[in-house]
Amino acid sequence: MISPEKCIGCRSCELICSFGKQKEFNPRNAAVSVFAYDEAALSVPIMCMQCEEPSCMKVCPTSAISKSMDGNVLLDSSRCIGCKMCISACPVGNISYNAKQKQIVKCDLCGGEPKCAEFCPSGAINYVEATSTNLGKKKKLAGKFKELFGEVNE
Amino acid sequence: MMFGWAGKLLRVNLNDGIISKEDLNIEDAKNYLGGRGLGSKILTDEVDPSVEPFSSENKLIFMAGPLTGTFASSAGRYEVIAKAPLTGTIGASNSGGHFGPELKYAGYDGIIFEGKSDKPVYLYINDDDVQLRSAEHLWGKTVFDVTDELLKETAEDARVACIGPAGERLVLFATVMNDKHRAAGRSGLGAVMGSKRLKAVVVRGAKSIEVAKPEEFLESCIDARNKLKAHPVAGAGLPTYGTGVLVNILNQSGALPTRNWRDGGYYEHADETGGESLKDKYLVKNKGCFGCSIGCGRITRVPDGKYKGSGEGPEYESAWSYGADCGVRDLAAICKANYICNELGQDPITMGSTIACAMEMYEKGILTKEELGRSLNFGDADGIVELTRMTGLREGFGDKLAQGSYRLADSFGHPELSMSVKKQEMPAYDGRGVQGMALEYATSNRGACHVRGYLTSPEILGVPVKLDPLVTTDKASWLKTFQDLTAVIDSVGVCLFTTFGLGLPEIAEMLRCATGMTCSDEEFLKTGERIWNLERQFNLKAGFTKADDTLPERLLKEPLPKGPGKGMVAQLDAMLNEYYEVRGWDESGVPTAEKLEELSL
Repeated sequence: MISPEKCIGCRSCELICSFGKQKEFNPRNAAVSVFAYDEAALSVPIMCMQCEEPSCMKVCPTSAISKSMDGNVLLDSSRCIGCKMCISACPVGNISYNAKQKQIVKCDLCGGEPKCAEFCPSGAINYVEATSTNLGKKKKLAGKFKELFGEVNE
Repeated sequence: MMFGWAGKLLRVNLNDGIISKEDLNIEDAKNYLGGRGLGSKILTDEVDPSVEPFSSENKLIFMAGPLTGTFASSAGRYEVIAKAPLTGTIGASNSGGHFGPELKYAGYDGIIFEGKSDKPVYLYINDDDVQLRSAEHLWGKTVFDVTDELLKETAEDARVACIGPAGERLVLFATVMNDKHRAAGRSGLGAVMGSKRLKAVVVRGAKSIEVAKPEEFLESCIDARNKLKAHPVAGAGLPTYGTGVLVNILNQSGALPTRNWRDGGYYEHADETGGESLKDKYLVKNKGCFGCSIGCGRITRVPDGKYKGSGEGPEYESAWSYGADCGVRDLAAICKANYICNELGQDPITMGSTIACAMEMYEKGILTKEELGRSLNFGDADGIVELTRMTGLREGFGDKLAQGSYRLADSFGHPELSMSVKKQEMPAYDGRGVQGMALEYATSNRGACHVRGYLTSPEILGVPVKLDPLVTTDKASWLKTFQDLTAVIDSVGVCLFTTFGLGLPEIAEMLRCATGMTCSDEEFLKTGERIWNLERQFNLKAGFTKADDTLPERLLKEPLPKGPGKGMVAQLDAMLNEYYEVRGWDESGVPTAEKLEELSL
């Protein structure tokens, strides 16, 4: 769960995410990004929404992306050929490519203990199991981000 | 391959526009770390200490540290270094935000600007691609406008450090601003940038920072973050109320300087100007700099009325300089004056203190209504807002205020009314009520300063142990340790506020794991001492002597009228010689040959 009203914009999540995945610090290779909206005094951390119907999974030609029993959308790097179709397909832009390490960067929930949530100093990122209640909230929020990003891209 | 450091420096010659990249000198990096230390080393090697600060011979250096941009807590810092126009000393100012880390991600530890451009320019760094571009269309614009425009012109995920109109107009206490609201605030380094006609540095970086021992480094960072979270100041006081939490604390200690320090250390309206009131009235949200687990920043908004506005702060120092020091109680006016400082790019400590000095001169009849274009009694809320704006634009009497309080008071024959040391205004801790701070102001290498040591921490807050603020015993040796430690902190790239919860062992461990250096904690502290002595040497060569290690007469002769320190003056004589001795300097405050050899200087 993301609570933008709590986010202080420190980007600790980006740092720990990039480090957890590549053992080096590079916010641009993180699977989470924080967008700061100065005028609105708001910072929004955004990461893979673990979609109910993941476009990335649908377009993946090698079936490297799958949905686990508990609803998590996961990437199997051993099957990934780096075609980057998933990047084009993701409607919220939450998949990227690390050119140096030739790897798709996608949130894998750190195997069930997401580091971004663990090290968020203000409690803006929380990891909770997707129950019907918060799933609804999540979807609502995801919709808002989609809208927001639509505007930003224009 | 370097760990922690990016390993490259950019050198930009503004005379001919030639940009070169050079390898970081690894020996210098080990001996001076980065940030303030390494920047000062380069300045000392390359610039004659006697140069005129606005001449093309002065250099302007931006320098990040080996921990900048890593997961070390609050490691978003970089330093700006040059010979300072306000003081004539070595100048070094530290800032947070996101600019420093971005510079590292672009692959550089620092930038050295040389010479002077004929026309306004800005530097755009996009990883390996580095260009000087025309800034003629940006000259005259405020910090906020120029930042927005540059992000549109370059890349929206870039970071901007720039000057505002104050820097362009060589206001002697102009700041370098980054990420709109963060300032390398003191000593007027923004004016050096203005003198070089360098409007901004924009940086975008997509490279990685690697550390020597990833697992151990992560562990040391987690340990540090946990300690900060558990600490009452770093984990509760600062996040809840911001730095403004200090207003009431210092007032209760009788050390909140009031009305140009004339009325002692107790301000009857302190509560109305403190962090608690700010939270109640105007706080929108907390904000953290890059990688910060403390988050002391304040996004604030004055929603209506004549002081309507929004931005960040005021921090403790500006809540004091415009509040208690000017006798103003209207928090909205204080916020507004602080917003204007950020927009125009000038230091609110010196600005507020200079207005306070002008207020006392006016009440004494030294300044007249005709000269000022207005009346200016203590407590004039409109006055602080209007004069701040006029100073940044050098309009009317603002042109005189732009010189700072010392040159202002001196030009009217009353230098004793300037509350400054080495021409830089003292910040918000009355040395008569906090004796260690008195020694700190007198001996700071960049003129009066609170973050060259910060003995307020033990003397007032009791961190790491409580010292009696009213005695002078042992303050010299405490100050030496704190000065050396803060020199290390300013050089590695973490925020000074981490030292509320962290000591040398935690900082040293992060540094070792990041860089692969094998130094002991003590050796790192020795590095801090080396930096301190290097700065001292620069100042001595620039012509400073023992006579400059002093305080305004008011602190030495006029006792505090009330509060816990009632009847006290700053007992500098009782501490200064002992300080020189503890430092291994001779009686005139000059480092001995043995000391210099011990520090490999």
